Amino acid sequence: MNIAVCVKHIPDPNLPPEMDGDTLKREGVQGVLDPGDEFGVEAALQLKEQHGGEVTLVSMGPAQAMEAIRRGLSMGADKGVLVSDDSLKGSDALVTAKVLAETIKKQGEFDLIITAVESTDGYTGTMAATLAEFLGLPQVTFVKKIEGSNGAIKVDRQTADGYHVVESSLPALISVTAGVNEPRYASFKGIMAAKKKPVEELSLSDLGLSGDDVAVKQSIAQMAPAEERKAGEVIEDDGTGAAKIADFLKEAKVI
Amino acid sequence: MAKVWVYAERDGQGNVDPAALEILTKAKSLGGDVEAVILGAGATDAAKELGQYGATTVHASDDAVYDDYLVLPHVQALASLCEQHSPDAILFAMNYDSRDIAGRLSARLGSTLMSNAMDIEGTETAKTAIFGGAQIVDVKLEGSPKLVLFRPKSFEAKAAGGEATVASVEVEIPEDAKKSKIVERHEEAASGPKLEDAPVVISGGRGLQEPDNFKLLDDLASAIGGAAVGATRAVVDAGWVPYAMQVGQTGKTVKPGVYIAVGISGATQHVVGMKGAKKIIAINKDEEAPIFQLADLGIVGDALKVVPQLIEEIKTRKG
Repeated sequence: MNIAVCVKHIPDPNLPPEMDGDTLKREGVQGVLDPGDEFGVEAALQLKEQHGGEVTLVSMGPAQAMEAIRRGLSMGADKGVLVSDDSLKGSDALVTAKVLAETIKKQGEFDLIITAVESTDGYTGTMAATLAEFLGLPQVTFVKKIEGSNGAIKVDRQTADGYHVVESSLPALISVTAGVNEPRYASFKGIMAAKKKPVEELSLSDLGLSGDDVAVKQSIAQMAPAEERKAGEVIEDDGTGAAKIADFLKEAKVI
Repeated sequence: MAKVWVYAERDGQGNVDPAALEILTKAKSLGGDVEAVILGAGATDAAKELGQYGATTVHASDDAVYDDYLVLPHVQALASLCEQHSPDAILFAMNYDSRDIAGRLSARLGSTLMSNAMDIEGTETAKTAIFGGAQIVDVKLEGSPKLVLFRPKSFEAKAAGGEATVASVEVEIPEDAKKSKIVERHEEAASGPKLEDAPVVISGGRGLQEPDNFKLLDDLASAIGGAAVGATRAVVDAGWVPYAMQVGQTGKTVKPGVYIAVGISGATQHVVGMKGAKKIIAINKDEEAPIFQLADLGIVGDALKVVPQLIEEIKTRKG
């Protein structure tokens, strides 16, 4: 089973975000492989172990995004491809999906494309479906369990009240939730091996796309800090914390 | 005059998604022509309710193809309706199927899609919050139709008592659109009051240390009475509690009178689902936890000590 996994390099989510004009600053800040993407890489590696094939990591981002690909390679993926282009700075989900679709098509035939449900930094949560549409593939999002066989997959898809079992023909695209598996750690051997694995670097023109094709139509009219909640009282529990909460609940007429 | 459409999803029981009624109410207030689209068995019957909330025309199909297969038939139907009627905007609730439908439509129609919206002005700009609600951004919408996904509970639903004309959706669904089939449906029954409706919500996170300690929150909920228990994505992903209890970006959006966050750090993922609460109480060991920046009352302490004391305290006061 040949699988492409879309991975994103994001500013470290444990640090406060920095802005670069209207967009999130992505260059020159400490970054990581989006923690949500580790589950997709792990899912792909498990399917490869069961069915054979190859795992290709696909990413779009600044040159620094190579770190995210290397991290996925050190977990065990076979190769990577990174699309970097100045004109892609500040891309929205529609443009990102278009570029990733062209990149995936250029890499050859895949049985399965895997993404995260949403990125940890932008969390628009629509890129997977948009990408599937550009690729002309069926998609199953919010997958929390995967069974693959020849030519088809059977998955559990999370719903508001439980889950559905969905069967889909292959090729298909799935987005996986964080509950789908336990991502493996990269071993020292894996990290060393990753340095020798092939990574292709592409620009927009390599994909046959122009600046017009990737122009972002959505624009920010205005940005302002949200009205902050009034600073509350934070107290160290000295044994009276529970009583303070009870007072608060009484005042709120809850008890 | 702008023609605004609202796509109405239905829940597992076939009821109209409450968020669709909220969005219809908002759409009506924009003053244009408001129409709705609803697909799947029972859709025509649901049209009446959509009319009461502001839709003048409801495009409906009772075809079970929309219940049996994931999103491709819905995208086909909407794309075809757009071709016939050219709406200026289609508004969706940010639910499981809707985000996929809107995402695919965005590619098919070349329209931009605005995710996580919390408000809209005319059909030109929509508002969203970024960085866990720290910044409010007005985004200029482009394309035709404009596509917007709203977070549930962004507006209050108000029935105005109108009546809708039903327009039957006659769209040929090709075999190609029947590639992802739902073969089984499982519901994880949640006990107690519904998270979305409860006046008090108590949620637990990793700080509870182990799944068994969630029982403490159930006990606190019964001590208070009428409270619902929720959870963070981290503990749902870890399998401690069912997904139906998840509050956050993926999961439920709640706006209770009082929200009690127990052992929750306050990750963006979680905060976007609960920051609309009127009052927030947080209990966490780590005084640096971001949840304290939102809390009206923050207790820096061990939840496993504070919660049992609180249960006793409430019982004593209630006599």
